[in-house]
Amino acid sequence: MALALEGSQALARTIALCRPQVVAAYPITPQTHIVEGIAKLVADGALDCEMVSVESEHSAASVALGAAVAGSRAYTASASQGILLMAEVLFDIAGLRIPLVMTCANRALSGPLNIWNDQQDSMAVRDAGWIQLYCATNQEAIDTTVQAFRIAERCELPVMVCVDGFTLTHTLEPLDLPSAEQVDGFLPAYRFRHGLDPADPRSLGTLVAPEHFSEVRHAHHQALMRAQTEIEQADSDWAAVVGRHCGGLLEVRGDPQARLGILTLGSVLGTLEDAMDNDPSLPRARFIKLRSYRPFPARALREACAGLDTLIVLERALSPGAGGIVGPEVQTAVIGMEAPPRVHNFAAGLGGRDLSLDLYQRLVDAVLNEARPEGFAIIDADPSLLPEADR
Amino acid sequence: MNEQPLQSLDALRARQPRFRGLESGHRACQGCGEALAARLATEAAGPDVVIANATGCLEVFTTPWPQSAWRLPWIHSVFGNVAAVAAGMEAALKQQGRATQVLAFAGDGGTFDIGFQALSGMMERGHNVLFICFDNEAYMNTGVQRSGSTPHAAMTTTSPPGAVRMGKRHMKKDILSIIAAHHIPYAATASVAYPSDLRNKVRRAMDTEGASFLQIHSPCPLGWGHDGSLTIEVARLAVQTGLFPIIEMERGELIGTLPIRDPKPVSEYLKLQNRFRHLFADAYRARKELEHLQAIANRNIERFELRGVGIEKYDTEGADTVHRGGDRWA
Amino acid sequence: MLEIRIHGRGGQGNVVAAYLLAAAAIDGGRYAQAFPAFGAERRGAPVAAFVRIDEQPIRRRCQVREPSFLIVQDPALMDVAGTLAGLRSHGTILVDGAETVIDDSGDNEIITMPATRLAMEHIGRPVPNTALLAAFITLTELMPLSALVDALAERFKGPVLEKNRKLVEAAAATIEAGRWREVAHGVGA
Repeated sequence: MALALEGSQALARTIALCRPQVVAAYPITPQTHIVEGIAKLVADGALDCEMVSVESEHSAASVALGAAVAGSRAYTASASQGILLMAEVLFDIAGLRIPLVMTCANRALSGPLNIWNDQQDSMAVRDAGWIQLYCATNQEAIDTTVQAFRIAERCELPVMVCVDGFTLTHTLEPLDLPSAEQVDGFLPAYRFRHGLDPADPRSLGTLVAPEHFSEVRHAHHQALMRAQTEIEQADSDWAAVVGRHCGGLLEVRGDPQARLGILTLGSVLGTLEDAMDNDPSLPRARFIKLRSYRPFPARALREACAGLDTLIVLERALSPGAGGIVGPEVQTAVIGMEAPPRVHNFAAGLGGRDLSLDLYQRLVDAVLNEARPEGFAIIDADPSLLPEADR
Repeated sequence: MNEQPLQSLDALRARQPRFRGLESGHRACQGCGEALAARLATEAAGPDVVIANATGCLEVFTTPWPQSAWRLPWIHSVFGNVAAVAAGMEAALKQQGRATQVLAFAGDGGTFDIGFQALSGMMERGHNVLFICFDNEAYMNTGVQRSGSTPHAAMTTTSPPGAVRMGKRHMKKDILSIIAAHHIPYAATASVAYPSDLRNKVRRAMDTEGASFLQIHSPCPLGWGHDGSLTIEVARLAVQTGLFPIIEMERGELIGTLPIRDPKPVSEYLKLQNRFRHLFADAYRARKELEHLQAIANRNIERFELRGVGIEKYDTEGADTVHRGGDRWA
Repeated sequence: MLEIRIHGRGGQGNVVAAYLLAAAAIDGGRYAQAFPAFGAERRGAPVAAFVRIDEQPIRRRCQVREPSFLIVQDPALMDVAGTLAGLRSHGTILVDGAETVIDDSGDNEIITMPATRLAMEHIGRPVPNTALLAAFITLTELMPLSALVDALAERFKGPVLEKNRKLVEAAAATIEAGRWREVAHGVGA
């Protein structure tokens, strides 16, 4: 039965169901309600877990790392500046192939200061070697979190569950929480092959010289590529338990016959779907919900793009001086198709700018009704607000 | 049982009863104080520990993959997070109900500077971790750059003496006072010149519930510019001059010192090291800096009441002597 | 889909009001969504929160720009730019005030009610949100009042819950039941 829950509260309860043994976090908006929720569950005795309230995100990631190698299921959560502060540790966790799960409550990066939602933070660490799964709804965030622990532990890779800050974390809606039996049946007890144990002493994180380093990276890359199977498997196995899919690597929605495609990551999808369905006069679109950004599912993407003339890649982040981040990767992936779609790349909703229903029409107009060359633009920016020289 | 011939050094080593956490064959320089300190510390700590190690010489010279000199479970993550990694391991072991103890190893950079915030947080939260700082007073791993621990007037590659400089302009950070302000159960200094004292302190720290801290003065022949055979001599002089006081604190209160039987002038310590060579030039500023360093040593002796009251069994001259009847400190 | 915007000041329980209303709707078997206009505001600053209620799952996550109802927790906010923005032509406004007044002179009916005063009387705190919600549910008959009490029971226990229950009843009694039923049910909720 659906409960009326704020996204963060639902996530806190879901994480507790996954029985983490150590949780370490440093508060940052909009992640706070998640860790506050976990802290309360620990305080109430509902979760047997060491809750370590650290002095920085750098230490949050480090404590989780230490706990995971010492044989405990570990979890952390952060956002924005916190993700950047823990960045070197994130790379280290992934490079050492340590399985743990973190929630990124997606938020813009400074400067200037902005506490609202976009996805610049997780995009900034896309090359850290973590699995990154983006959630379109709070229900997906719940189900993805449970799956993330199994994926992490089976693949020996860390998983970042990306949940749009505020838009999801602070929204109350009807949500289905799994039962403890469902989660326990899906998620075996934590076990890490390379853990630290005095009975079998090993050295982790040693100095690896040029004659071995490329092989380490190759193995890491291959592990991420192979993780695609596990991500799909976890989703279908979990669907068999709770009757809900999250879309595996990506999900095709909307009008499957449409020649226009729109690829999104995260929570903007529902607004676009609603906008299209509410107005039959608008051109139809096929939506591609990219759930797994790392590993990047190039093959699945090509299949999803079959028959498209035009593909809009809509992002909540950008690479200043180049353009989009996901867009060029999609472009590269579709080049291998017999008839690749023209790829248009837009950013929108930066720093929490509201993405309203008319976004759909703006996107469609921009690529169908204007003679716009393929390229990149922040579609909801208003350059007229800027001094002449900055337009 | 096949008795091995005793002529071989390996055979002798194999027969000695001490637990060795850090095996020989690592790649430290000759006379490395840090390697010695780490061996002594792990020897005293015993086998039921896990170690988090900050980036630094100790990490690099012990673990060139696929080799490792550690006989203990050991992890290196990054430079500045060793206290947090150790805290995470401790939290995990506690949650699992295991008795295995956690050690955190860092150089002075990983303690005084980049690792300081994590260290402060770990102590404030009271994790049952022994944090050992192998203090060689500069960033040796990257080629001898000054750190917060580098003594005043010492030459490093980023505090070179020159026409308008006399080495490091700033003082050595008084880390133990900062640690003491956290009121952790046990904090102490030790020196590789006094191995019994060092081992004793490791054991004491590990018997203490909560966070403990040990700063081990560990000469670096390369960085300090002394002959590798003089490591112990140099370390001992640092203590005998009063420049590196050997003290113990409980909950921030001084509870013990290693008395100096006969304080030596700081120049005896400084002149053995190239890093202080510029202080012996025939120049006014050099003489003033020497006086300054002597004043620092005098101040240490006064502050911690280090001057012995005669011949004491456990002072700077007697602490590591085996006394008649087999009596030795530790 | 019914869209409601709640205006208040930081510290007045604006988000809580939105969450309570949505939770009451969800407990009653509807789909609903509630979220704040996320800000970094401190106590006293004008804030807004949004509620959507529908018979279908709600997909959109944009802010409510054209609400059918406004709930205003501080009468001074009626003069603040943006409070009345986008209100639908027959939409209505429920606002805290000194006493119950119905102003149906314009396109948008405004009902003022003494929510803060009632809150002071029953729970001893100047927080108008619960009384306004009770009045809103009474006016619209979107759900039984008991749904609101059930939602309150998720947050409060014992004597505090009992005081809130009395407040709900008192607030409902000040207002004409079903007066906004047509607006509420005519827009698809």
